Amino acid sequence: MAIAARGLGKDYGPIAALDDVTLDIPAGQHVVLLGPNGAGKSTLLRLLATLALPSAGTLTLLGQDATRGDRLALLRRLGVVSHQTFLYDHLTALENLVLYARLYGLGHPGRVAASALEDAGLRGRAADQVRTFSRGMQQRLAIARALLHDPDIVLLDEPFTGLDRASGDALESRLRSERGRRTCVLSTHDFDRGLRCADRVVVLAAGRLVADRPAAGLDAARLLALFREATGQADPGGRA
Amino acid sequence: MDANARSAWLDRLLLALLVVLIPACLHAIFVVAPTEAKMGIVQRIFYFHVPSAFAAFAGIVLCALYSALYLWTRDRRYDTLACASAELGVVFCTIVLITGPIWARPIWGVWWTGEVRLTSTLVLWLIYVGYLLLRSNAENRDQAARWGAVIGIVGALDLPIIYKSVEWWRGLHPKVLKISGGQGLDPTMRHVFALCTLTFFLLFAHLLIQRYRLGRLADEVDDLMSARRRPSPAPPRPASWS
Amino acid sequence: MSYLRAVWLFAAKDLKTELRSREQVVTLLFFALLMLVVFNFAFDFTIIDFTTLGAGILWVCFIFSGVLALNRSFQIEREQDRIQGILLAPIDRSAFYLGKVAATVVVMSAVEAILVPLSVILFNFQFSDRIGIAIAVLILNTIGFAAVGTLFAAMTTRTRRGELLLPLLLFPATVPIALAAVKSTTHVLAGRPFARYSSWIGLSCAYDLIFLAAAVLLFDHVMEE
Repeated sequence: MAIAARGLGKDYGPIAALDDVTLDIPAGQHVVLLGPNGAGKSTLLRLLATLALPSAGTLTLLGQDATRGDRLALLRRLGVVSHQTFLYDHLTALENLVLYARLYGLGHPGRVAASALEDAGLRGRAADQVRTFSRGMQQRLAIARALLHDPDIVLLDEPFTGLDRASGDALESRLRSERGRRTCVLSTHDFDRGLRCADRVVVLAAGRLVADRPAAGLDAARLLALFREATGQADPGGRA
Repeated sequence: MDANARSAWLDRLLLALLVVLIPACLHAIFVVAPTEAKMGIVQRIFYFHVPSAFAAFAGIVLCALYSALYLWTRDRRYDTLACASAELGVVFCTIVLITGPIWARPIWGVWWTGEVRLTSTLVLWLIYVGYLLLRSNAENRDQAARWGAVIGIVGALDLPIIYKSVEWWRGLHPKVLKISGGQGLDPTMRHVFALCTLTFFLLFAHLLIQRYRLGRLADEVDDLMSARRRPSPAPPRPASWS
Repeated sequence: MSYLRAVWLFAAKDLKTELRSREQVVTLLFFALLMLVVFNFAFDFTIIDFTTLGAGILWVCFIFSGVLALNRSFQIEREQDRIQGILLAPIDRSAFYLGKVAATVVVMSAVEAILVPLSVILFNFQFSDRIGIAIAVLILNTIGFAAVGTLFAAMTTRTRRGELLLPLLLFPATVPIALAAVKSTTHVLAGRPFARYSSWIGLSCAYDLIFLAAAVLLFDHVMEE
């Protein structure tokens, strides 16, 4: 199992953001997290990224207890993408990637960064500051940054938010090409894209896991019905 | 539950002692203690001023100790204690800062001077008011606890440096007060002073336990609510990520 | 990757950003300069000797612009969640802290390097043979301010009232540094012998070391979610 969560919970003061979530994700599987706003998707991803400590339960990532032990070793095998880019506006595309290549201790940071830019189709803009990039280009660069160190697990929090159609399609095909190669956990409001990227659908509502199905055999209409039944909410929620 | 019962018992004992000691103190301060020859009646404010300063100091030191214990163990009870200590530190600091000028006005002819202890107390008061402000601005309980612990430790480390720097800054200022040693004090005065110090420490302990129990109850309510009530309509989203 | 190299990477990243967002640096400098001019109006320096008030005036300018620099520096890390990217990198978090301190010291020193010569012109005082010790005093106290300021800014900039909270917490906690800085600078401006203020230099050194060490140990707890 790449990810094994047992009874995972997280409280923020009096409110449980996540409650008793048990989830096993085998290596290479792509899981899409669905749920209304505030269902706990982001909280779950934060716990998986070891950015927050669980208040209850255990979390094993890549066979290692995520709450103790060598956190830095674990971080080397995790990649995170959010709808925020993490990129520095006043650094060039290349400088951003080289910075992260160095932070991850990769050999030949310049070469690694250049080839990642090539893959992202941004070679022509390598020397331009990121603030001059369109939203779609920034997101491509953000994904290149997250995959720079070839992580085993990739966590994506609402990566489609704010992307135009073409950039969304590009991200989607990128994710589909990663199927089987890396473990991916993706949260989104976009049912269609979510279904196309994932092997498995997990629905959260009010901090709890309310549905867990294989993606195969589900279409958007069935998924919406499942979502309504599981969450009691009529629509997938706003675009956060 | 056992610890709770024990602390309740201790608290009742403290309360009973204070019911006797506080009137005894007032009697001792205003009736038994002789009027100081040069300063006159206003000198009696020392019996409040100095023990308050001791209690404030105790609050700050305890806050730092409990803060370190909290960061070490992540046991919320230590944080509740640290926060209670800081609050009491602020309360007793405030008493020091009010009684000091009341004494200084007739004796030195000014409300405020750069006297070392008074100035340092003011700086400390500002730091611990900042402590409480930062806590109240935190996103959640854990963040407030961690941030509070950091300020609590930094504040206590700062304490001797602030004192030293203010002392050097004032350089030539005459040291008017000789309050700690107590030599030269009339023996009756010394006894009254000792009684007041004891009473203030017991008062501090009583208030600390009360505040701690209140904090524990608040935590318990939090826990019950998180166990019973699902977040509706939406939990506070963490500031970052979506 | 070595720890010191990570510190350097973070500091260099900050400084590069500062240099490229020129309008920010200019705004900061202009703010500091404006304060200096206001003081120039507020006190009549034809009758007051600059050496008695000058150090205080300069350090008020440095400290206020330092607070602005710190607030902005962490604001940049909050935007686009850049701080998350940093926290997810397999690097000891205190390296990020030390990098930030280093960058803050450089930015504040740049402000100081421009303000001091300008005040020589504005306030008309003599000051040339003591540059070496003056620089040492400036840097030593700037480090102390940046050490505590960076630790506090990492917390306050995450709150809604962050911009106000930072000075509220920072000014009382840096009282020793402010006093040491003003005293040492006054003595340097007046050209007094080193022995007169060596104990203040010692206090600044002690403050720097104690709080750098404490902050390195505490920073993990600050950044945790």
